[in-house]
Amino acid sequence: MIATVSASASAFVGQATSIFALDSYVLSLVLKIAFVVVIFLTVPLVGGYLEHKAMGRMQNRRGPVEAGPFGSLQLVADGIKFIQKEDIIPQAADRWVFSLAPALTLVPVLVIFLVIPLGPGVFAIDLELGLFFALAVGSVGVLGILMGGWASANKFSLIGGLRAGGQLIAYELPLILAAITVAVQAGTLSLVGIVEAQANFLLPGTTINLWYVVPQIVSFGIFFIAALAELSRPPFDMPIADSELVFGYMTEYTGIKFAMYMLAEYAGMIMMSALIVVLFLGGWQPLPGVPLPGCDGTAGIFDCGVVGTLAGVGVTLGKIFAIVFVIVWLRVAYPRLREDQLQRFSWLVLVPLSLANLAAVTIAKVVF
Amino acid sequence: MSDLTTRDLVHPGTAPGEDIHLEIVGDGDFATADMSLSIGPAHPATHGVFRIVLEMDGERVVDARPVIGYMHRGFEKLAEHRDYRQIKALVNRHDWLSGFSNEMGVALAVERMLEMEVPERAQWIRMLLAEWNRILNHLMFVGSFAIELGAITPMFYAFREREDIQHLLESATGGRLHFTYNQVGGLKIDLPKGFLHQSRGLADTVRKRLPDYFDLVLGNDIFQARTKGVGPMPADVALSYGVTGPALHATGVPEDSRVTEPYLKYGDIDVRVPVGENGDSFDRFSCLLNRIEASLDIIDQIHDHIPSGPVNSKLPKMVKAPEGSTYVRTENPLGQLGYWLESDGGRTPWRLKMRTPSFSNVQAIPYLLRGALVPDAVAVLGSVFFVVGDIDR
Repeated sequence: MIATVSASASAFVGQATSIFALDSYVLSLVLKIAFVVVIFLTVPLVGGYLEHKAMGRMQNRRGPVEAGPFGSLQLVADGIKFIQKEDIIPQAADRWVFSLAPALTLVPVLVIFLVIPLGPGVFAIDLELGLFFALAVGSVGVLGILMGGWASANKFSLIGGLRAGGQLIAYELPLILAAITVAVQAGTLSLVGIVEAQANFLLPGTTINLWYVVPQIVSFGIFFIAALAELSRPPFDMPIADSELVFGYMTEYTGIKFAMYMLAEYAGMIMMSALIVVLFLGGWQPLPGVPLPGCDGTAGIFDCGVVGTLAGVGVTLGKIFAIVFVIVWLRVAYPRLREDQLQRFSWLVLVPLSLANLAAVTIAKVVF
Repeated sequence: MSDLTTRDLVHPGTAPGEDIHLEIVGDGDFATADMSLSIGPAHPATHGVFRIVLEMDGERVVDARPVIGYMHRGFEKLAEHRDYRQIKALVNRHDWLSGFSNEMGVALAVERMLEMEVPERAQWIRMLLAEWNRILNHLMFVGSFAIELGAITPMFYAFREREDIQHLLESATGGRLHFTYNQVGGLKIDLPKGFLHQSRGLADTVRKRLPDYFDLVLGNDIFQARTKGVGPMPADVALSYGVTGPALHATGVPEDSRVTEPYLKYGDIDVRVPVGENGDSFDRFSCLLNRIEASLDIIDQIHDHIPSGPVNSKLPKMVKAPEGSTYVRTENPLGQLGYWLESDGGRTPWRLKMRTPSFSNVQAIPYLLRGALVPDAVAVLGSVFFVVGDIDR
């Protein structure tokens, strides 16, 4: 990917400048990779901790308390435990596919973090086709789930893997259509460009700045539901369905491979929340029409100093964790749907609705 | 194909229905081979060592065979070697969620054979604790059924209430699960001071918290979508399988031995039996929840009725039931529990046959599962309400 980016003639051209873009190509590359890896390894842990604590509070218990201050190191402890566990590969399993599958689920999520902007200039690269890139790469992950389900040589795993495959096909379409409507309104596929377009979007006939969540409320709903289904989060966690399928495609996995699947789930949750923040909730803009401190670029969200940049990252992360909180809340409140109900809901409700929404947004774009 | 054959050799099936069936079907038709899936003996949906072998076409269940007996502990035989005071510590273990009701059934059977008058106060206290035990049991199933459908929170709520109730019962009996509080002719010991006051307060608390379950589970859109019309059981089928308890009430049959054949003092008070219409999973669960409320009503009435007086009667050193037999049925939390007690005049029963509600309820599962989807199978299994120890004894 990095190689493609450096070839400036390609369609994947950098737009806005990253703060990691230095004169030295090698140093800048190292910085960018380090940034993505650090974000990838830390933010999901915070998301997981938030889930533990929020669920605990909602369920009349306390969540983790022992590991670290207020139990904040629980997930680190879990990670260490997973590394120590025996790595079991079932005798009947397809060894290579079985071992490759968790990595194949994990890597796409890591790669998507390349294009997600967390603050003014705080991103590895701003691709012109950033949204397309994120959605395209995100679809690869299910391959790892299908592979894991098949290679485990376990009936529960197989059913779980197939459910995940069916779910992805059904919900990829509304997800992409909802994202397209945003791109149509913003007039760009660049994620930084979409944040900028939101900062510049005024309610027609007024001077009131609004985020896309208001004009695009339908897309927002569709994108959120489809993202939940893509992530197999409750109430759409049928591929895992612990009371029916034991643990779905993860049934036969142990140790570090299991941990990789889990990390992919939590990182995916952060990734999808970040996309929602960028597409609908104004990215790092604190409130509609409110500039960040020390920023003098367009709409007060670019060309920031150290304070503004840090504040921008804080605002984005705050919004991401707010979305994660809602996802956790849904998990606490709802049972899971049935696979056929999920499919019916997608093909008969979400897909027609998102197509109509796309048409309506396109017409509105031409009119205003 | 060769690859698959080796795999079969490497990993042969071990139990009936567990080997991987692979056959080439049809000649160019789009037909599929059935797969057999063994759920259990250790599986999260069966809460206990219950096993069910599903013949499946894709995710649809073609046939279902329950395999029981993994937890057979021989209680009926063991009872033949225990005297009448010891049996109560055995029988509160076959259905570990309704310990009090079980031991009460045995006590009633022995008392009936001895033609013994049990003090009034003991009878009322037995009813009070039996109803608390019923609520304890139902709360467990409220939580576990929700978990089977993927909702984790009701379990934690249910355990909050269960903990309080167990604390109350512990103060009187000393036990949290196996109370061993009944004895032939009455109770082991009188209630501790302040018990009734606490019991009143707890009844109010539980009643205040019940709407949580109605809102969070019964009123939940996804819960309704998952359970309405799933696994419907007509009344005649339920009766022919001997299904009792909430699963029978859901079909619209209000058969409840507290009403139709009152024991203890149930004849003196008003017992409400909630019934359903369609006999589907939703009705079964709704009956279960409403039974909690009905039990709270009964508890309130009992509080106003408990007389003072002794709680046990003078017993001979060795309790010996006279020669003969009797059958006692009580309305246990999960359905009708029957004890058929036959004595040859000795100090132990000659035969103690148990008719347990879970055993009969489970018989209806193949009927309910045929044609269901795997996720529906879980909704059906969870809503028939059984305890594995009660099936296998």
